[in-house]
Amino acid sequence: MSDERLQTNLLGIAMKTPVLTASGTFGFGEEFKDFVDLSRLGGVMVKGTTLLPRRGNDGVRITETPEGMLNCIGLENPGVEHFLDETLPRIQQYGMNVIVNISGSTAEEYGKLAGLLDVPGVAAIELNVSCPNVKEGGIVFGTDPEAAAAVVREAKAHTKKPVILKLSPNVTDIVAMARAVEAAGADAVSLINTLLGMEIDIHRFRPVLGNITGGLSGPCVKPVAVRMVWQVAQAVRIPIIGMGGIASAEDAVEFFLAGASAVAVGTANFTDPEITMKICDGLDTYLAEHGFSSIEEIVGKANPGFLGFRNDVQKG
Amino acid sequence: MTLPNHPEKIVRDAKVLAQQELATNVYFLVVESPEIARRAKAGQFVQLRILSGAFTLRRPVGVAAVDEKKGSIAFIYRVVGKGTKALAQLMPGEMVNVLGPLGHGFAMAYKHPLIVGGGMGLSPLLYYAAAMQGKADVLMGGKTAEELFWSGLFDDLCGHCFLTTDDGSRGTKGFTTTVLPEILERGDYDVVVTCGPEVMMRGVAKIAREHGIPCEVSLEKRMACGLGACLSCSIDTTDGQRKKVCKDGPVFPAEEVFA
Repeated sequence: MSDERLQTNLLGIAMKTPVLTASGTFGFGEEFKDFVDLSRLGGVMVKGTTLLPRRGNDGVRITETPEGMLNCIGLENPGVEHFLDETLPRIQQYGMNVIVNISGSTAEEYGKLAGLLDVPGVAAIELNVSCPNVKEGGIVFGTDPEAAAAVVREAKAHTKKPVILKLSPNVTDIVAMARAVEAAGADAVSLINTLLGMEIDIHRFRPVLGNITGGLSGPCVKPVAVRMVWQVAQAVRIPIIGMGGIASAEDAVEFFLAGASAVAVGTANFTDPEITMKICDGLDTYLAEHGFSSIEEIVGKANPGFLGFRNDVQKG
Repeated sequence: MTLPNHPEKIVRDAKVLAQQELATNVYFLVVESPEIARRAKAGQFVQLRILSGAFTLRRPVGVAAVDEKKGSIAFIYRVVGKGTKALAQLMPGEMVNVLGPLGHGFAMAYKHPLIVGGGMGLSPLLYYAAAMQGKADVLMGGKTAEELFWSGLFDDLCGHCFLTTDDGSRGTKGFTTTVLPEILERGDYDVVVTCGPEVMMRGVAKIAREHGIPCEVSLEKRMACGLGACLSCSIDTTDGQRKKVCKDGPVFPAEEVFA
């Protein structure tokens, strides 16, 4: 399949399409190999990784909500050493861009993780400073511009890989966060992470989720995500990877028009494991029908205040 | 990389062939899916996506029967929420999206299994009983005689059918675990295969262990992807590890999950 209109180059990474998968919803990619041509994705943002293994939260971890879901997995993962020794070598066979999502409880931990992951086979590093489901670290870095900037500086000091900072929507001013991490040297921002939410079981008189609160995702968060991408695109010049409730090509187009240079699909992978391929096909059709020859032509097209980041296009 | 020529799992719209209410709020659903019928092993499950209504998550349901000749698979489910309510409204000719087969099924190499089931746990065991071709006996428990409509489904597939009810309205009064020790002592079972409420399965596993008979349990957990990616269905194993019900299970050796 030729994806001439969809191919792009972001952060020095050649991408066949600007459609990625969001961390935590797509495992390590291999779980979806029967349904998705993994090499056609712009990248796979793999399950959040920490220095040491984490067992995650106890009790109920997910619940469906109107047009979405809440989760409180709690960053269960086998640790970075296991990822480097076993997972990364195993998933090389799929020819996909592997973007590793990392979480730490101190800025130094982010630096250490970024250093350990500065290895062949890793395309970029995504800093998760906004996981709402872990008690230590995470959310603090995600809501304080200075703390987020410190995490970026620490990561940048330890790796030559592009560093993407994943922004939390659980802030009053997402623009201030984006500006702070851009100034600290972040190569890109991805947004949004999940919105903090909860649900109560009215028959058992207690919260549904084991962790009480969880992260809201799915189609219900899309308008919030589009608005935040729009605002951030007016404030920073680094590329934006837009995500939050994307479940169709039409949804993805909104993010590009708001100013995202690429998009990531999350929760919709649960509804339809083939959804990313359908979104790629639909994006291509949209571009063709509107007379565009590349995805770059629609980045920020609906946003008059868009600062004008252009993907580095190298059509082959 | 492209897509595999012979994928283990598939996702397709499947036509509803039949839908029948077996008991109050319990339905038998048959759908056309030759590819899954060919692949599904006893104990595996599928994730159903209900196309009417805006459901973000699929609904995991065990495969209860397979007809390879007709290319159909069947499920038995209870209406417990919005998703299963919408599922129950599907009419023959309408479509539902099926993802599967998922997970690992029961070990098939045994000669004389005893199936122990309660409630909706009997659903995947029905396919196991059929796959065992008359070699298995079944012990089933319910609150009342009405809940034991299952015996009509298992009768033709199993040698013996032992019944218990909490209120004594049918079979022996008590739980499956009340009569299990005696059944194991009198029979020559080489495995116990169980699915149902966790408290029942724990009791069954303990009695099987006391009798030196291997036991396989089929677990149920809330799931999102069903593919081992999202980690919604993580459980603790007895050796201190985490496993995923959807991918490592849903069938586990009892000693791996029950201390």
